[in-house]
Amino acid sequence: MTTLTPERTQEAPFDVVGTHTVHADFVEKVKGTLAYADDWQLPGMLHGCVVRAQVPSARILSVDTSEAASVRGVHSIVLAAEVPHNVIQEQVSGLGAGVSMPVLAAERIRYAGEPVAIVAADTPAAAAEAADRVFVEYDELPAVFEPRRALEPGAPLVHESGNLLVDWRFEKGDVEGALAASTHIVEGTYSTQRVDHAYLEPEAGIGWIDANGVLTLRVATQVIEHDRQLAEILGLPRNKVRVSGTFAGGGFGGKEDMTVEPYLALLVWKTGRPVRMVWTRQESLLARQKRHPFRMHYRTGITADGRILAQEIDIVGDAGAYPLLSERVLFAGGVTACGPYDVANARVRSRAVFTNNVPTSAFRGFGAMQVTFAYESQIERVAEAVGKPPVEIRRLNFVQQGDTLPTHEELDTHVGVGETLDAVLTALGPHPGATEQGKRIGRGIACNIQPYGRARFFADRASCWVGVEHDGAVTIRTGAPDPGAGQAASLAQIAAEVFGVSADRVSVHIADSALTPLAGGTYATRQLYMSGNATLLASRELRDDLTAVAADLLGTSRAVVFRGGRVFAEGDGDAGLTLGEVARAAEAQGVMPHRLSTFHAEGGSFDVATATGKTFPDFTYGTHAAEVEVDEETGQIRLLRYVACHDVGRAIDPVRVEGQIQGGAVQGIGYALSEEVEVEEGLTASSLFAEYLIPAATDVPDIEAIALEIGAGKGPFGARGIGEPPIGPAPAAVANAVAEATGVRLTELPFTPARVLAALRARAAPGS
Amino acid sequence: MSEEQLLRFELNGGEASAWVQPDTTLLEALRTHTGATEVKNGCGEGVCGTCTVLLDGELVSSCTVLALQADARSVTTVRSLLPAGDGALHPLQEAFLRHGAAQCGFCTAGMLLTACQLGESTPAPTREEIRHAIAGNLCRCTGYTKIVDAIEEYLAQ
Repeated sequence: MTTLTPERTQEAPFDVVGTHTVHADFVEKVKGTLAYADDWQLPGMLHGCVVRAQVPSARILSVDTSEAASVRGVHSIVLAAEVPHNVIQEQVSGLGAGVSMPVLAAERIRYAGEPVAIVAADTPAAAAEAADRVFVEYDELPAVFEPRRALEPGAPLVHESGNLLVDWRFEKGDVEGALAASTHIVEGTYSTQRVDHAYLEPEAGIGWIDANGVLTLRVATQVIEHDRQLAEILGLPRNKVRVSGTFAGGGFGGKEDMTVEPYLALLVWKTGRPVRMVWTRQESLLARQKRHPFRMHYRTGITADGRILAQEIDIVGDAGAYPLLSERVLFAGGVTACGPYDVANARVRSRAVFTNNVPTSAFRGFGAMQVTFAYESQIERVAEAVGKPPVEIRRLNFVQQGDTLPTHEELDTHVGVGETLDAVLTALGPHPGATEQGKRIGRGIACNIQPYGRARFFADRASCWVGVEHDGAVTIRTGAPDPGAGQAASLAQIAAEVFGVSADRVSVHIADSALTPLAGGTYATRQLYMSGNATLLASRELRDDLTAVAADLLGTSRAVVFRGGRVFAEGDGDAGLTLGEVARAAEAQGVMPHRLSTFHAEGGSFDVATATGKTFPDFTYGTHAAEVEVDEETGQIRLLRYVACHDVGRAIDPVRVEGQIQGGAVQGIGYALSEEVEVEEGLTASSLFAEYLIPAATDVPDIEAIALEIGAGKGPFGARGIGEPPIGPAPAAVANAVAEATGVRLTELPFTPARVLAALRARAAPGS
Repeated sequence: MSEEQLLRFELNGGEASAWVQPDTTLLEALRTHTGATEVKNGCGEGVCGTCTVLLDGELVSSCTVLALQADARSVTTVRSLLPAGDGALHPLQEAFLRHGAAQCGFCTAGMLLTACQLGESTPAPTREEIRHAIAGNLCRCTGYTKIVDAIEEYLAQ
């Protein structure tokens, strides 16, 4: 492991922050005793199953449930007409077309896999059998599967309001003038594919009515606050729906929109019985939302020495059949489309387009990933055009603090991209030599910029309750869900640092919409920034309360120190009181040893009409490098080495930070080399896990992770978010390495052997 | 539906039994009838490795084995790594924790069993050998480096 600490990061020494701690949930995980969402059973529970459309575009003529109802053990079949408020609508602050999505399709099918009915039965087998016997009669309608075709006049309409969901236009400077003044104009078109989150835990949950008459769901989710939407769907008061999030078996954005929740809730509501619902892997691959395929066209105007004068960028993303989070994904893609480069004149158009494909939505990287492939391929073409090393061209163009994005907003914290590039080059050492006949070796670099935190106009907030118990143990309550990255663990470390106790003295209760103060979802790389700051705030406020009590008890005017489970006057070593004694004394005086605090993210307004203003609270920067061997006979790309560095500001737990970087890099490598959900005429062709190729241990090398701690982030103790950033650079790093090895530039993901061979042949063809 | 049949087998050294259908998988029998929820259901098609168990000492994906095939045989899950009573973790589990080799944890139980089995056949394996051994246990979170670190350290001892 490598954790570099540049000089300027000097701060007070930490006891718990910056060390590797083992939180309770990880102990349960290695023991095999942690209960995931599909491990729960309740007395008398039923099993739910979703009936899904088998065609991509149709009018529903009839739904015949008579045969399904006669399957032994079936309790209930719910169709659209029975859903009190049959609408799932994202609250997107006035963005986009305002198209909503039905919970169950009523009249119209817009994608294959769309839910039409739900069934509850005594056993999973009976539920599945009944679901098979719900017969839907379709009148098939024309469909459209290509976003560019969907934008043409006369294309079949997915929604009556038109196929264009959103059309962001960011503009800064004088693009025409700058292009005219450019020595070279470099053009490139890049396309990315549809991929699946492929978390190992499929979507699952269990629901019941609790003693309070509250419809309660225990589900694998990144967002417990869908309780509000569920209450709307069911027409229940908002305090009569509760969502409790389990430690999830991975999320990556795929458990950000609701998965089983509305179907489970409907069946519990309808039957009054506990209901369990688990989607199969095949169902998940077939019908749950994917990452947006992007087609990106770049025109880059540069000076003779390779300075970028202008970027003209056009992005089209396939939203599939419903909006979900597409407006925001294309927003993030547009905001970051120029990459970590200072571009004085930029015009970025970013559109999301409806098609009759399976919907796309959030996936780690959220639009900012796809554009990384484009801008980091493009920067190499710029270098080629002026005959200079790509690293030099990057350095010449890197953004710095104070520079502006195409939204006209200033980057208001340190931009560490240059330091990450330096660290990666140092780690790489000398260039690898030649290899055997027919195999070429190359090295590629890619840098990136990725937001952390929700867009400022959402006025994001997170609350946390912190208490010190009478024995000096610390309790945290906050609504943050934990899909596996150690969100709870980080909060324990932050509170432990403030109260001077070890992390195992802190117990963290998370993710219950009824019992924990709300902290928003675990997405947008926001939880460390949001619930981390909320925990820090609540802990510090409580420590201040206890400090006053302790100073009085100790009879000191010196500073009061919390350390080693004790509270003492500075310079008194470990004399003084225990933390528990201070908590008891405080309570006896009526100073309650707990605090509920809310952290408000940095605000800022954004004008949708001009697409200018403040977007994200801050960004994380990084550089990755891949060394590859290309087999010119087979088209196979083998990764020999991979180095990944991000400026994380401050590593709360360096081992977990490395784990984020390594895991993100390998997801990015899967995206680069093998992953693709193939959809043919709207029908998912890759509906087996055997056909959807996520990297196995033998497909990737060790990932050499470098966490720079430059310390200027907006998270607790200067941390920056690291959840999403490491997934972005891999495709461009690999493409750039292949280009160096073979002279061939790959512009279409994924880089399958067939595609590489085709590119090599095109290179070899005379006249090409 | 066919008649249920009585399945009796040894589970982590103890006796276990369940009434199952002829087409019930071992995975389903373990999870639903014996409470062995540490065996995970990730894909149901023998690809992901989260349902890995030992059947008479051999690694199998329990979703691809019929429950009745385990009749009168022994099944071992990750719980066998924890000796009853003292609460101490197995050194490999300790290594996983020390190295941060579990993130979401959904692959962990299968990964641990596979690693232990590798130790039986190949003492002090190379990183390459470890990667080959766990190639049938997919992980979506860690990128494998820390898993290999943990297994390498444990098996080098």
